[in-house]
Amino acid sequence: MTETKLMKGNEALAEAAIQAGCDAYFGYPITPQSEVLEYLIKEMPKHDRVVMQAESEIASINMVYGAAGAGFRTMTSSSSPGISLMQEGISYLAGAELPCLIVNVNRAGPGLGTIQPGQGDYFQSVKGGGHGDYKLIVLAPASVQEMADFVFLGFDLADKYRNPVLILSDGAIGQMMEKVEFRPYTRPLVDKSSWATTGKPNTRGRNYITSLFIQPEQMEQHNLKLEAKFKMIREQEVRYEEINTSDAEYLFVAYGLSARICQKAMDIAREKGIKAGLLRPISLYPYPYQRLEELASQVKFMLSVELNSGQMVEDVRLAVKGKVPVSFYGRLGGMLPNPEEIVQQLEILINNHHAN
Amino acid sequence: MQTEEQVIPEISQDVVSPVCQEDEYEMVYHKPTTMVDVTMHYCPGCAHSLVHKLIMEVVEDMNIQEKTIGIAPVGCSVFAYDYMDIDMQEAAHGRAAAVATAVKRLMPDKYVFTYQGDGDLAAIGIGETLHTINRGENILIVFMNNAVYGMTSGQMAPTTLAGMKTTTSPNGRNTSTEGSPIKVAELMAQLPGAFYVTRQAVNNANAVRRTKKALMNAFKYQHLNRGTCLVEIIGNCPSNWKMTPLEASKFIDEEMVKTFPLGDIKLPNAADLKNLQEDKS
Amino acid sequence: MEVNHNALAVKERKVKGKVEIDIQKCKGCELCTAACKEQALSLSDSINIKGYRYIISNNDACTGCVNCALVCPDAVITVYRTHPKKKPVDITPDDIREQIQLMVKPAKQI
Repeated sequence: MTETKLMKGNEALAEAAIQAGCDAYFGYPITPQSEVLEYLIKEMPKHDRVVMQAESEIASINMVYGAAGAGFRTMTSSSSPGISLMQEGISYLAGAELPCLIVNVNRAGPGLGTIQPGQGDYFQSVKGGGHGDYKLIVLAPASVQEMADFVFLGFDLADKYRNPVLILSDGAIGQMMEKVEFRPYTRPLVDKSSWATTGKPNTRGRNYITSLFIQPEQMEQHNLKLEAKFKMIREQEVRYEEINTSDAEYLFVAYGLSARICQKAMDIAREKGIKAGLLRPISLYPYPYQRLEELASQVKFMLSVELNSGQMVEDVRLAVKGKVPVSFYGRLGGMLPNPEEIVQQLEILINNHHAN
Repeated sequence: MQTEEQVIPEISQDVVSPVCQEDEYEMVYHKPTTMVDVTMHYCPGCAHSLVHKLIMEVVEDMNIQEKTIGIAPVGCSVFAYDYMDIDMQEAAHGRAAAVATAVKRLMPDKYVFTYQGDGDLAAIGIGETLHTINRGENILIVFMNNAVYGMTSGQMAPTTLAGMKTTTSPNGRNTSTEGSPIKVAELMAQLPGAFYVTRQAVNNANAVRRTKKALMNAFKYQHLNRGTCLVEIIGNCPSNWKMTPLEASKFIDEEMVKTFPLGDIKLPNAADLKNLQEDKS
Repeated sequence: MEVNHNALAVKERKVKGKVEIDIQKCKGCELCTAACKEQALSLSDSINIKGYRYIISNNDACTGCVNCALVCPDAVITVYRTHPKKKPVDITPDDIREQIQLMVKPAKQI
């Protein structure tokens, strides 16, 4: 039976975790996502699940490691400074091939920064963050509904690929209240007995979880195995949304909160007769390079709008391979652009483009 | 100058010294079956391999191989999972207590232990160690204290003795700039969540017997769900102490125990142990 | 080599021991030689495949006390021990002994 509720983004995420069958949540308070921890501390025990406020984000991510290694569905959440602390643990999780869900409710930085929303963690999420060659599947919600939906999707993807999944949200989407539907969900059965540490019975050899391969030959083989996995992810898990792209001459590329603002900007532009479209990547890794390359044959230029100093724009430039100009417009420090200023920026670019 | 004659030792191809085949003898001691049948990489005389053996003996004696999960640290014993034939997880440096917390909370009917060295447990991991014990997680923490960082070749550890020379205290540990050695057992015993805290050694046969008893008790106490058991073991590091194993054993008796006295620091009371008896029946 | 045996001479001892040493795994750390009260263990002159001088045992002196095996870090020692001779104890109660003998006899005839 589908339930419809009016909820805050963070709480919708937390409720989705319970409905997705999350066995264990470990977290630490940090604005703007403490509601996730508070909601789960209250609700998880009612379903006999494990929930803990850990002593730090470092402890949280290592508890996720232990739970994931024992074959349980587990997650943690934090915001930018806390996610920085978790990077070692995330690298270990990826190296040991452990499925789990990590949520970053991005706030503006660097350093202690502010509690206002930001998108400055794009590089950290998509290009690495932790040491070594690994990738996380990164999903970027743009609504409270997606905050809930991506929990179910994220857990399933994590189990499918035995890889951590990161939900990259931000302070506004975490705090806003919208309608959200919880649809019936059947958790897929996954057999983890070949690797999970549940105690060694006579019928099998011992399982051990490690990311240490001290012989270089072994380490290379392990890395190649991970690379093959990421290749499969790139082929099968690209997700994006397109609005008004069929006849678009100018393309906005934006994710999360900035995509919502761009959508309004696009509507205003269309009323003025400007044929603007929007491509909203949903999976930031794997990134929709192919679709952007196709659109590059159609549009005159692309405008990447982000709440940072220019991070995703680099991936847009990689995608179009120089075919069309790619510009960037961003605000920093938690300041949010309004749709009018984006339209203004678009008009300036259109004039410059025609002048050339 | 006289040249000495080089004597080239004979290389023995035998596997075992003369095998006992007489009926009147019965086997009274053998390597535990819960150990993987490989040579351990530890230096000759290293206490790590000895304590691995003791833990595996306890697992064998209590018949809990199917129910035991160990968490290995970063340090010389990072390869513990190659030697102990139980399910294990390799934790990040210092974080074994957090990893064990999650495993135990999700599988409370299992026996969960961490095995950590002094840098792992008392330097980088002191926060996780303290909070895990403070919460009274029902796990066993085995703390191998050999006063140095072994794997990285002998740097100063939180437990390095005052005046002891290491690669990062080449003139001897100066307590006014480098602090004093931390007595982890005494420190953690003050927390209400600590149920059984003891410090033992393994540098002679009787000490080994006492350590095995301490480990066995610690494992048995786990299902009382009354808190964390911490067994600190004073071990040697012949390589980084620059001593032979026999000299290292003497050093423990003469110097180490002055800073780290052996014995039980916190014992369960009679009421708790009564539950242990009932649990058995 | 003169060795001082602390225990009674071998023939007089009721409990005798023997140890087996896994020579190729022994690292010659000598912790066992210090643990042995009978001084029955010593380093060999030959080396094993890894280049360690391994431990050899004079089993005539061994009492099977297990000290060496306890302190051995690499668990290369297996210890055997005898029991002092025990008199077999008859545990069949007299009243059913005859009944059992009656049952056993017909079976043998078949």
